[in-house]
Amino acid sequence: MTITADHIEEAAYHIMKKAAIDIPDDYLTGIEAMADKETGDLSAFVLSAMLDNYRAATEDRRPMCADTGLPRYYVKIGDNADMKSMVALDAALRKATANATHDVPLRPNRVHPLWRTEHNNNLGINAPEVEWSFEPDADWIDITTVHKGGLFGSDYRMLFPGDGIDGIKRFLLDTLIAFGKRGLACQPAIVGVGIGGSKDTCMQLGKQAACLRVVGDRNPDPEIAKLEHEFKELGNSIGMGAMGFVGSSMVVDCHIEVGYTHTGGMPVSVHTFCLSSRRATARIHSSGEITYRTDPRWFTPYMRREGIT
Amino acid sequence: MSQAATRNTHHLKVPVSASDIAKLKPGDIVYLEGVVYTAREGVYDRVLGKGQSLPIPDLAPISNVNFHCSPAASQSDEGSYIIGGVTATASFRFSKWMESWLDLTGTKIVIGKGGMPKDDYANILAPRGAVYLTTVGYGTGALLGRGVVGVRDVFWLDDLGIAQAMWMFDVKAFGPFIVDSDLEGNSLFAQHNDAIADHINSLYDGLKPPALSRYGETDDRKDEVM
Ligand code: SF4
Repeated sequence: MTITADHIEEAAYHIMKKAAIDIPDDYLTGIEAMADKETGDLSAFVLSAMLDNYRAATEDRRPMCADTGLPRYYVKIGDNADMKSMVALDAALRKATANATHDVPLRPNRVHPLWRTEHNNNLGINAPEVEWSFEPDADWIDITTVHKGGLFGSDYRMLFPGDGIDGIKRFLLDTLIAFGKRGLACQPAIVGVGIGGSKDTCMQLGKQAACLRVVGDRNPDPEIAKLEHEFKELGNSIGMGAMGFVGSSMVVDCHIEVGYTHTGGMPVSVHTFCLSSRRATARIHSSGEITYRTDPRWFTPYMRREGIT
Repeated sequence: MSQAATRNTHHLKVPVSASDIAKLKPGDIVYLEGVVYTAREGVYDRVLGKGQSLPIPDLAPISNVNFHCSPAASQSDEGSYIIGGVTATASFRFSKWMESWLDLTGTKIVIGKGGMPKDDYANILAPRGAVYLTTVGYGTGALLGRGVVGVRDVFWLDDLGIAQAMWMFDVKAFGPFIVDSDLEGNSLFAQHNDAIADHINSLYDGLKPPALSRYGETDDRKDEVM
C-alpha cells in the first residue's frame, strides 16, 4: 500500500486538534513537580489554576489557550516510505490546517505582516511553515505539529568564542528576566538554546530544542547535558515564578542543540515554549496505519549527523 | 494546593457595585457573573478615535467590565457562535485610551493580560473608582471559555473581525482573575517586580563582561559597541 494524501490529511487534522487541546504528559508532569516545589504563594496559585485549565480543556475538548499560536509542521520522511507526491503531501497539510482552524476552533492568527489581511484559516504566504528532514532505514512519515504562542520570550545574539559559557549565561538571564517580568513569556517554559550554526540555523536549532524535545530528555553529549541542567537551575534561581510573581518556577526544562559554526563566532538563540506547550506527532506507516504520540523524536542520531564526518 | 485555597476570593455580580470594588485588594481572586464585554484597539479607535457612538448607548447598567480579549470563536452553519477558548491580550498597549473610555462608558473593572503601568492606576483608574484584574497563567483559555455561558450580542463583527469585534458574553463563575490594582492605586505586579529586582544584580556577579557590547544599551549615541 502507498501513503496517500488522504492519510496525511487525516493524520495532520488529528494532531492539530490534539495539540490545541491536550497538554503533553511530559510537560504536565513537569508542571506538577514545579507546583509541588513552588513556595511563592501567587506563583503556586497560577500553577494550580493552569493544572485546572489543562483538565478543563481535555474534558470539554476546547483549546487550552485561546491564543492558539502559529500552527506549523515538522515532517520526517523515512528513506523507504512508499509515497507518491511531495506536493500532494504539502497540500494535505494546508487543507488540514484550514479545516482544524474552523472545527476546533483555532484562532485565525495568521495575517499578512504589512496589510494585516487574513483568510480566516491560518494559511497564507509562507504559512504554515513546514520543515523537512529524512530518516534512513525507515518506511514511515512522521508529522509533528507545534502551536507555539508567545510574541515574547525568544531572542538571538552573536557572541564570540571569548564570551564562553559566561556569555551564554548572561544572555540567557537577560532574556528570561526581560520577558519573565509580568509573565510576558507565560512561564514556566521549556527553554531551548541554540548554539552555533549560521544565524538562521542557530534560531532554528534553539526553537527545535524548545519545541521538539520532551521534558526530561538530555543531549547525548554528557558535557552539554550538564549545561542543560545548570541553565535550568540558573533560570529557577532568578527569584521569579509564573506571571513574574516572586517564586522559583521559571524553567521546566532546558534543552541545548549545537551546530558547527564559524571559527570566529558563537551565535546563540534562546526560545521559550510557554505554559501552552502544544505539540503532537503522527506516524503514518507505509501500510497506511497511523499511530499518535506526543514525543516528536525529531533529534535522532541521524538528524544530528552524529558520528558522520 | 493549599496556597490556592487560602487566597481571599470574591464572587461578584456584574454590573459590579462600588462597595464590591472597594473590597478588592492586590492578590485577591475574583470570579464574575453577569455580562462582560470585550473592547480593544479596534473598538477604542472606532468610538474614541473616529467618534462613532457606542452600539449600546447605556452600557454600564448592562456591563461595567471591559475584557481585553480575542476569543477563539467560529460561527456554526446555523449562525450561532462557538466560543472555544478565551484568553486576554496584553493591556499596556491600550493605556492611552483608558481615561476617555472609562469616562464615556462608566466601566469599573478592566481585565487583561499583564497589567498596566502603575501610574495609570494612580492617575486614571483609581480616581474613577476602577480597578484592574489580570487573567491567570496566562493560558487559562479553557477555564475562561467554560465561564462563557452564552453570547448575548456581538457588534461590528463584519468590519472588525473575530479578534477585534465587541462581544457581549454572558458569564458565570468566570475566572479566576487576580486583582492587580486597588482604589489606592497599588499594583501587585509593581510590588513583585520590586521584590525581585533586589536579587537580579547578584545573578550576574562573577560573569565576565561581554566581548562585544550592544549599541543602544546606553543613551549615549556616541557609544561604540567595541
Ligand atoms: S504565550 Fe502561550 S500560554 Fe501565553 S497566551 Fe500565548 S499561547 Fe497562551
